[in-house]
Amino acid sequence: MTLLQIQNLDLSILGLKILSDVRFEVDRGEVVAVIGESGSGKSMTALAVMQLLPHGTDVNGSIRLDGEELLTKTEKQMCGVRGVDVGMVFQEPMTALNPVKTIGEQVAETVMIHTGASRAEALSVARETLSRVGLPEDRFPLTRYPHELSGGQRQRVVIAMAIALRPKLLIADEPTTALDVTTQAQIMALLKRLVDEDGMGLMLITHDLAVVADIADRIVIMKSGEVVEAGPAVQLFRSMQHPYSKALMAATSHHPVRKSPEVALHAVPVLEVRSVVREYALPRTSLFAKPGAFRAVDEVSLKIHKGENVGLVGESGCGKSTLTRAILALEGTQAGEIRVGGELVTTKAGASAAARRKMQVVFQDPYGSFNPRHKVRRLVTEPFYLMGREAPTGDALELRIAEALENVGLSSRDADKYIHEFSGGQRQRVAIARALITHPSLIILDEAVSALDVSIRAQILDLLADLSDRLDLSYLFISHDLSVVRAITDRVMVMKAGKIVETGETEAVFSNPQHEYTRQLLAATPDLEAALKRREIAAA
Amino acid sequence: MSFGALPDEKRGLVGVAFQSKSFALGFVLTGIFVLAGLISFVWTPYDATALAVADKLKSPSSLHWFGTDHFGRDIFSMIMVGARTSIAVAFVAVGIGIAAGVPLGLWAAARQASIVDEIIMRANDLVFAFPALLIAILITAVFGPSAINAIIAIGVFNIPVFARLARGAALTLWTREYILAARVAGKGAFRISGEHILPNIMNLLIVQGTIQFSLGILADAALSYVGLGAQPPTPSWGRMLADAQTMISLAPHMALFPGAAIVLTVLGLNLMGDGLRDLFDPKLRRSRS
Repeated sequence: MTLLQIQNLDLSILGLKILSDVRFEVDRGEVVAVIGESGSGKSMTALAVMQLLPHGTDVNGSIRLDGEELLTKTEKQMCGVRGVDVGMVFQEPMTALNPVKTIGEQVAETVMIHTGASRAEALSVARETLSRVGLPEDRFPLTRYPHELSGGQRQRVVIAMAIALRPKLLIADEPTTALDVTTQAQIMALLKRLVDEDGMGLMLITHDLAVVADIADRIVIMKSGEVVEAGPAVQLFRSMQHPYSKALMAATSHHPVRKSPEVALHAVPVLEVRSVVREYALPRTSLFAKPGAFRAVDEVSLKIHKGENVGLVGESGCGKSTLTRAILALEGTQAGEIRVGGELVTTKAGASAAARRKMQVVFQDPYGSFNPRHKVRRLVTEPFYLMGREAPTGDALELRIAEALENVGLSSRDADKYIHEFSGGQRQRVAIARALITHPSLIILDEAVSALDVSIRAQILDLLADLSDRLDLSYLFISHDLSVVRAITDRVMVMKAGKIVETGETEAVFSNPQHEYTRQLLAATPDLEAALKRREIAAA
Repeated sequence: MSFGALPDEKRGLVGVAFQSKSFALGFVLTGIFVLAGLISFVWTPYDATALAVADKLKSPSSLHWFGTDHFGRDIFSMIMVGARTSIAVAFVAVGIGIAAGVPLGLWAAARQASIVDEIIMRANDLVFAFPALLIAILITAVFGPSAINAIIAIGVFNIPVFARLARGAALTLWTREYILAARVAGKGAFRISGEHILPNIMNLLIVQGTIQFSLGILADAALSYVGLGAQPPTPSWGRMLADAQTMISLAPHMALFPGAAIVLTVLGLNLMGDGLRDLFDPKLRRSRS
């Protein structure tokens, strides 16, 4: 008998169909990856298994765990299943833990509630479980609080809570999406090890094919609430049948077609950063000692020439965001200078309008980037404030709006819509239109495609490549995702602890990394093709 | 409370507002008293200040709907005129609180963690530390009792309420990416506060304004009860209650009607505030439909 059997699962919320005829199985000791883009119903399927559905949900079909039907169980009976037979790991480790309780108490709590064990017994189970997930006693005593741990360590605690009672089935919903690549690789390895040790089934929900290529036994691809294709991992990857699966696969490793750049090495560089230092004061440790300082950006120098796309990669906390904010004159610097198109940014009075006009920015979050109360017309023309009296008016303004919107593949009619009428991908196009409208020479893309689904990401990358070819733009492309950086940039810089540790032609750096840290990053980056080859060799 | 929550675009704010039962009920209750106050400008059953000692302490009847007081004045007329005073005092006082408090709060948020922020917020703490009534007595003691001084007194204690609210809400907005985008476009703190922050905290301010309005009515009643509000012969609800105190066993209607007027107005405004708060929060709105 298979462990989890989902059959003919239909689900609708307030009459809106979310899932239709979903069917797949998870066996003991098996990793089943459920893959789909946002809105495909993959998370809803997981919540249906846990019976944690929102109010007004109508479910039909059958979900059997170890032969027992879950859909007919009462809420009280389900409480005995959750945490005991089925454990769950969520995406965001920062909010999945209670900040005022120690990690030991939180893991022990699950044990006490379900087994009625005494506090001492529960704590010893907690200790053992935390050690199993790679948080050994000497460095991570039970008395640690969540804020004392990094994101990856917190996710280990969340996993410990989920597996403390050795459930038969573990559901992990995008467990590594919020983590850095190196941490992501470690968490994936941990999950795989736990599955092997405990013989539990793992239902791994993700939007990223490459992440699961190494560990998934079987793959289920979902789209619009339906399972479009399912099968053993390697076999499915090698012989995809459904057009959607193929499109998804293609989008994952999408490389936009780019003309070879014409770099103007002798012209004034678009961006020049010279030995910039940005320090933050640390809290005072004693009344008389001078408070220390944390160097977020440490003597960084870089140049971007006209027509060149440069990537800046590094993990969270490496200083890349601080550097971006300094370039955009959103934050002061302690030393060094920044010039944009020859204009000094780091003056006492802040950047001049002339300097600001030459650069624009696109942020990560397509939902937080716009004032919800304004129409697109007003949103995209915001940078015209920099032109003061020279800003176009009347017909000239309408032309500029239409030009910017059409450049990003929207229509001039969209100018009269509100931002909530657009999808995430369209919003990011509006953000790019806003960046283009003053005809800047440099656009800073701060994780601009990280929050998008893979197929939308591929479209936006195509758009960016096309724009840089047509409009003679330079990009500073900041990302933690190396595969995206590889696709769009000519040159790449690797940043670690406030310093740029390696820089060079993108292809050269990626194929022959010199610095140890770059090698680590590259090794941790999921690579679908390489993973499949490894597994085929292992199978042969 | 969600800041990004917009009311349904098509029906507009007003259309959506009346979907909430508590808002509708509160609106009707408050509306009755506002209307009574407005009508009192052109018509009252009797002259609210005319003494008619012969008719003193009459119980409610068809001639005097709410009866008469110890000077024979018509209580219904007095309540109508009193509504005008109370509502005007509370309205202007909330206006003072918003006009002074919101800009201070926005300024403090824009200069977050600077000396300006510290000065503004600590000054607010100082005002907050005094009980509102004490400030009122202080002001009226210095400048003499009058409706104007009651307005100033109540208005001053509204300032820190709005300053704190505006600062708190603005601080979370300052981290939004569209504010960063506006800063990249070279816009200054003043312009950003007016263009992006203020419209997005408006719903919070409206809700708080409604609640402060009801507190203002109460404060005005309390001040005129101790004789520091509007001066005789102008009728006010608080003083009507004070007058009724000695007559409570003889003519309970003298206390009943002004008391009910205060309770119903405050209730109406609070219901409106609650209704608006629910409407602005899409999560609550869904659970109630």
